[in-house]
Amino acid sequence: MRRLCQVFHENLACYVGPSTKSNSNGPMFQNMGVITMDFAAKKLISPILIAGGAVMLVISLIMDFTGSGASVRGMLLVLGIVAAFAGLYLFPTQKHHRKIVYIIFLFPLLFTFAVTVIIPLVLGICYSFTDWTGIRFSNIVGLGNYLTMFSDPAFIWSILITFIFVILNMVLINFVGFLLALLCTSGLKGGGFFRASYFLPNLIGGIVLGYIWQFIFNNVIIGLTGNISWLARSKTALFAIVVVYIWQYAGYIMLIYITGLTQIPGDVLEAAKIDGATPMQTLMKVKIPMIASTFTICTFLTLTSAFKQFDVNMALTNGAGSVANFMGNYLSNGTQMLALNIYNTAISKNNYALGQAKAVFFFIILAIVSLIQVRVSNKKEVEL
Amino acid sequence: MGEGRQVGKGTKIRAMVCTVIGIVIAVYVLFPFYLVVLNSFKNQASIVANPIGLGGTAFSQLRANLSAVVNNANFNFWYAFGTSAVITVISLILLAVLGAMAAWVISRNNKKKWSVVIYMIFIASMIIPFQVVMLPLISTFRDVGKFIGISMLQSIPGIVFAYCGFGGAMTVFILAGFIKGVPYDLEEAAAIDGCSPEGTFFRIILPLLKPVITTVTILNGMWIWNDYLLPSLMLGQNGKVKTLPVAVQAFVGSYVKQWDLILTAALLAILPMIIIFLIAQKQIMNGMIEGAVKG
Repeated sequence: MRRLCQVFHENLACYVGPSTKSNSNGPMFQNMGVITMDFAAKKLISPILIAGGAVMLVISLIMDFTGSGASVRGMLLVLGIVAAFAGLYLFPTQKHHRKIVYIIFLFPLLFTFAVTVIIPLVLGICYSFTDWTGIRFSNIVGLGNYLTMFSDPAFIWSILITFIFVILNMVLINFVGFLLALLCTSGLKGGGFFRASYFLPNLIGGIVLGYIWQFIFNNVIIGLTGNISWLARSKTALFAIVVVYIWQYAGYIMLIYITGLTQIPGDVLEAAKIDGATPMQTLMKVKIPMIASTFTICTFLTLTSAFKQFDVNMALTNGAGSVANFMGNYLSNGTQMLALNIYNTAISKNNYALGQAKAVFFFIILAIVSLIQVRVSNKKEVEL
Repeated sequence: MGEGRQVGKGTKIRAMVCTVIGIVIAVYVLFPFYLVVLNSFKNQASIVANPIGLGGTAFSQLRANLSAVVNNANFNFWYAFGTSAVITVISLILLAVLGAMAAWVISRNNKKKWSVVIYMIFIASMIIPFQVVMLPLISTFRDVGKFIGISMLQSIPGIVFAYCGFGGAMTVFILAGFIKGVPYDLEEAAAIDGCSPEGTFFRIILPLLKPVITTVTILNGMWIWNDYLLPSLMLGQNGKVKTLPVAVQAFVGSYVKQWDLILTAALLAILPMIIIFLIAQKQIMNGMIEGAVKG
């Protein structure tokens, strides 16, 4: 027993105590390479690596500022960072080793996250108040971009149809998805096959899917609709996008409802049956109330995804479609929803600042929706 | 007795009716796939003449379409497929490993302020739509690329970097939720046995995360493989490096209304995903459900 305690202490010491003893690892961790590296070796290698990394960083930065075109610059920079981190990792300390590991573990993801999300977000919000051209800006225009975008009937139209599209989608996809889920859980033969085939469209990217459906609308369904494609007129084209989106998304929502439905305890359903509830009553009074939280999830899932809808919109109609008279203007972007409008403003019309202002507005709408979602879900949880 | 049999009969009829309805819907859902496959066997004239029937299908035509599509300069199927595969696989591996590392640190320090702040920022960032960051992202990446001397735009490392940034939040969120449930005793035991913190993570925690990493990989994989907007902006629509969705878009743009070629290209583009789905059907569907319920 005493021996055991001693081993315990020794081992613990390499983490908590400032012991200079090298790691006396158990047999399981004997082969851990660098970890079991001799303490003296660490003491030697660590500073070399840190210093070397720093030198490489400095050289690459000097090359950067002197405008050297050498392509080794980037490699040197990356190598420098890696070397510096390796040196930090081998830093001869046992007291702070855990902290160093935490920093090394956290750094890569935080760094990529900051460069791809946080910095562009902050910059983007700032740019929306300037006359940014995608490369540089020369003037701060204040709310100019925002005023321009709200006085543009085409943009108002985009907001309008986006809202219509989102609401239609939310209602229809949930309705269809729920019915499909009921169907798949109703004890039909080959339920797995049906589940998989209903879900299948969800695997395919919006671009490819949009072109497939463009073909169907323009070449197959056209025979049923009197030789005018659904995509040719704004109103029917919008409806066509809804149809395609339901086709793509309902199977996914169905899966979530199936999960909800199968989680209802069997004895509850049995009790309802014994009490003489008809299938309809069971559905309305037992099943639906019991999966209320699933409804919340699905509602917001469809809501936000429909808001962000871009690929199908682009591939199916690319926003084209005429509107004869909207606020006294003729519009040619009859089916252009918000996300596509932002893209076209910036990329096609090369008006980056305006596109960015629209994007910020888009962000605000989505943020409000998400806040409402959090409120609703929290309330539900309290009620339960 | 008689009643019991009647009920049995009733449920049987109901099951049959349900099956029939199910088949009808399945036919509707699968019909577009049928059309894509069918019309890849036809030439343009017979597609326009009869897009639904079997008339005009020929294996030689499929071969002709395939070779026209695969060798097309705008589509370049194998190259685009390879690019998409490389980008997706590297991003998924990095996201899984880096995400698990970050999630572990965050959830093992969940009493500390900095950890809570980072976690909150990750969660809050999930509501940020891509549109609001995409324009400054391009200019930031251009500047960073110029600064470090490695092109971040029009390059595979750049886009992998971007996917790690964008996928990080969701990955950490799902993984951290799981790691919270992993008993801390395990790590303490390992530490007592003399295992270092990083050793504990790679030898004890990471293997335990297998199921949830599968979920995260499926969610990220479906997104990255099918993503169009980010690669089209970062790689350029007619740039040298193209992912599959970007290639399809470029191809369709250059062959307007050439349905025989477009549908063959569509077939090639959806085939890899469908094959993977047939192999890992259950995991994919479960992963999608878990992602939705937790997200």
